[in-house]
Amino acid sequence: MRSSVNIKILILFLGPSLIVLTVFFFLPVIAAFFLSLTDFDIYSLGNISYLRFVGFENYVQLLNDPLFWTALKNTFYFVLVGGPLSVVVSLGTAVLLNSKFVPFKKLFRLIYFLPVVTTLVAVSIVWKYIYHPRFGLLNYFLSLFNIGPLDWLGNPSLAMPSIILMAIWKNFGYNMIIFIAGLQNIPLELYESASIEGANAWQKFKYITIPMLAPTTLFVSVITMIGYFQLFAEPYVMTQGGPLNSTLSIVLYMYQEGFRWWNIGYSTSIAFMLFVIILIGTIIQFKLQKEKYV
Amino acid sequence: MKSILIYQNSYHARITTFPFGKVKVRASSFLICIFLLWSCSQTENKIVTLNFWAMGVEGEVVSKLIPDFEKEFPNIKIKVQQIPWTAAHEKLITAFASETLPDVFQLGNTWIPEFKALNAIAPLNNFINHSSVVSANKYFEGIWDTNVIDSIIYGIPWYVDTRVLFYRKDILESVGYKDPPKTWNELFEMSVKIRDKFKGQTKYAMLIPTNEWVPFIIFGIQNGSSLLKDNDEYADFSGKKFKDAFDFLIKFYRERLAPTDMQQVLNIYQAFAEGFFTFYITGPWNVTEMKKRLPISLQDSWMTAPLPSPDSNYPGYSLAGGSSLVLNKNSKNKIYAWKWIEYLSKNETQLQFYKLVSSLPAVKKVWEDSTFANDPYMRAFYIQLHKTKATPKIPEWEQIVFSKIQQYAEAVATNKMNSRQALNLLDEDANKILEKRRWILSKER
Repeated sequence: MRSSVNIKILILFLGPSLIVLTVFFFLPVIAAFFLSLTDFDIYSLGNISYLRFVGFENYVQLLNDPLFWTALKNTFYFVLVGGPLSVVVSLGTAVLLNSKFVPFKKLFRLIYFLPVVTTLVAVSIVWKYIYHPRFGLLNYFLSLFNIGPLDWLGNPSLAMPSIILMAIWKNFGYNMIIFIAGLQNIPLELYESASIEGANAWQKFKYITIPMLAPTTLFVSVITMIGYFQLFAEPYVMTQGGPLNSTLSIVLYMYQEGFRWWNIGYSTSIAFMLFVIILIGTIIQFKLQKEKYV
Repeated sequence: MKSILIYQNSYHARITTFPFGKVKVRASSFLICIFLLWSCSQTENKIVTLNFWAMGVEGEVVSKLIPDFEKEFPNIKIKVQQIPWTAAHEKLITAFASETLPDVFQLGNTWIPEFKALNAIAPLNNFINHSSVVSANKYFEGIWDTNVIDSIIYGIPWYVDTRVLFYRKDILESVGYKDPPKTWNELFEMSVKIRDKFKGQTKYAMLIPTNEWVPFIIFGIQNGSSLLKDNDEYADFSGKKFKDAFDFLIKFYRERLAPTDMQQVLNIYQAFAEGFFTFYITGPWNVTEMKKRLPISLQDSWMTAPLPSPDSNYPGYSLAGGSSLVLNKNSKNKIYAWKWIEYLSKNETQLQFYKLVSSLPAVKKVWEDSTFANDPYMRAFYIQLHKTKATPKIPEWEQIVFSKIQQYAEAVATNKMNSRQALNLLDEDANKILEKRRWILSKER
């Protein structure tokens, strides 16, 4: 009797969202997986009898595609350099904004959070101007120190660092807010007792703040990693993957294959590769964090 | 769908003539509906709304041509939507997939094969046969040809585009030449002289951007390569004709006649003004830009010329570029949409359009107007437009040139591969892209 009531309530509360999720998420994902086993392209769009089932050929081809490996390498570069940097910057600003010596905390919080809520495309266009080799703000500042001018987005070895810099600026505010919440949850008694024991600020940070923030850090790094693996709008707006494919990310490559050349079958197989990579990354992070703190 | 459109339009049309403009629509909308349906069936004067999509600046400006058209055809209303070029292709294909393509739209003429393969655009032969405005002989041959697939016409050229040689007259004169190069050999000789004149300075004779496929394809076409072979089922880039043309251009990099490091040319107008390069193959939009951006003192020092040729048949071929107007195959308003295409193809409209955006007119007759006769930079384009060729008319072509030719040209220019290796790999990659086409053709046989 009781369980049937429970099921009714469950259906009542979960049903709507489950239906929405099924229609707009699970079904498309399953459909996309089937698409990735076909060679759906512009011909098939015009005439469905031109669709062939190719099994895992798309995946095999993908592993032999040098451009895919370039995209993968660039994406890892972005995630492995940009991700940790972004987390460190967020943590640093969070600690600063949480300390009692900083005035106008709320104002700073607002300023740091503004980029997060600004549209990425608009931000990318503005940064494109900032990075402009001749009229850009950044080169103007550098010229005051007799450095440059550097071609930020035009030089293959500088393009990715430029995009990382912009992405960090754009994203760190979000993680910062989460870190601030985490910091405020650390009981003050811990710091007090540490002070009594004679610990200095760095020791307190290292032995209290960091361990106490472990769950927050795990959450933040997983979210950041997932987000950073999906690098798209920045190179799409600023470099179109160039110069010399040095900013071609996996999602951008997927977009080009899918919507520029309309090789939908092939591009969905890229999507599933990305899914597998993110899954592996998440599992590794969970494992690492567990070993360390639990 | 059509009836809804008509109903909406008669609503807009009526609202100005009937005195219920200020009626509270929410309260009485039902009555209005009934009244309008009734009034609609009463009047014979049906109004058709045509949806028209155009790209870039042309899309912005074309709306200025509409009032005159609507005056001439009071029962047709044109609704323009402007699409930026960078998103045009995706938007059109997505619209096709969701069956929301407009009645009539602009299409880059290299996209026509793709939309034909999709079965999205209507054959126009019947319309042309009954038209007093549009006929094949009014257009430049090579450009018209880009719209014809298996002798069926799918598009009407709206404006045209081709590449010519931009050069610095003063530098060329300083090394002893009065006229621009007419043959490949001359181009090479002049380039060597220019390089030697500026010895010790970082200056080059010619700009051949390594990240552009255009010059490689132009020189290949000029040398008689068909680019693809066997009914366009296989690539022919490693074939002798293309390879010779490719090697000719690569020689410019090897002999330090052209820069391989594109970062040195951040701004081509500034570089052209500084004499960083003397020759550059580019399109009509740069005439406007050069006039605007080069210093006044240099305005007499540059000129345009038709492209040199590998043999004595000057000028050599160039690309047949431009945009065409096409009809949506599923549109119910094709006859009305055709009226709009005809209107845009009239001599007067074409001239008016040129004056608005400087897009080169597709109709030959228009070029006789004094606007063109008085512009020395335009002469080269007029001559060149008589000698253009279409690239292979298959949907895969754009993918081959954009994603592959660029990549290998760059690899050879920067000496990472030799041309034999690169062209063999290029053939391999292109053949892979063409696999589906071979399968479909073998299925149909």
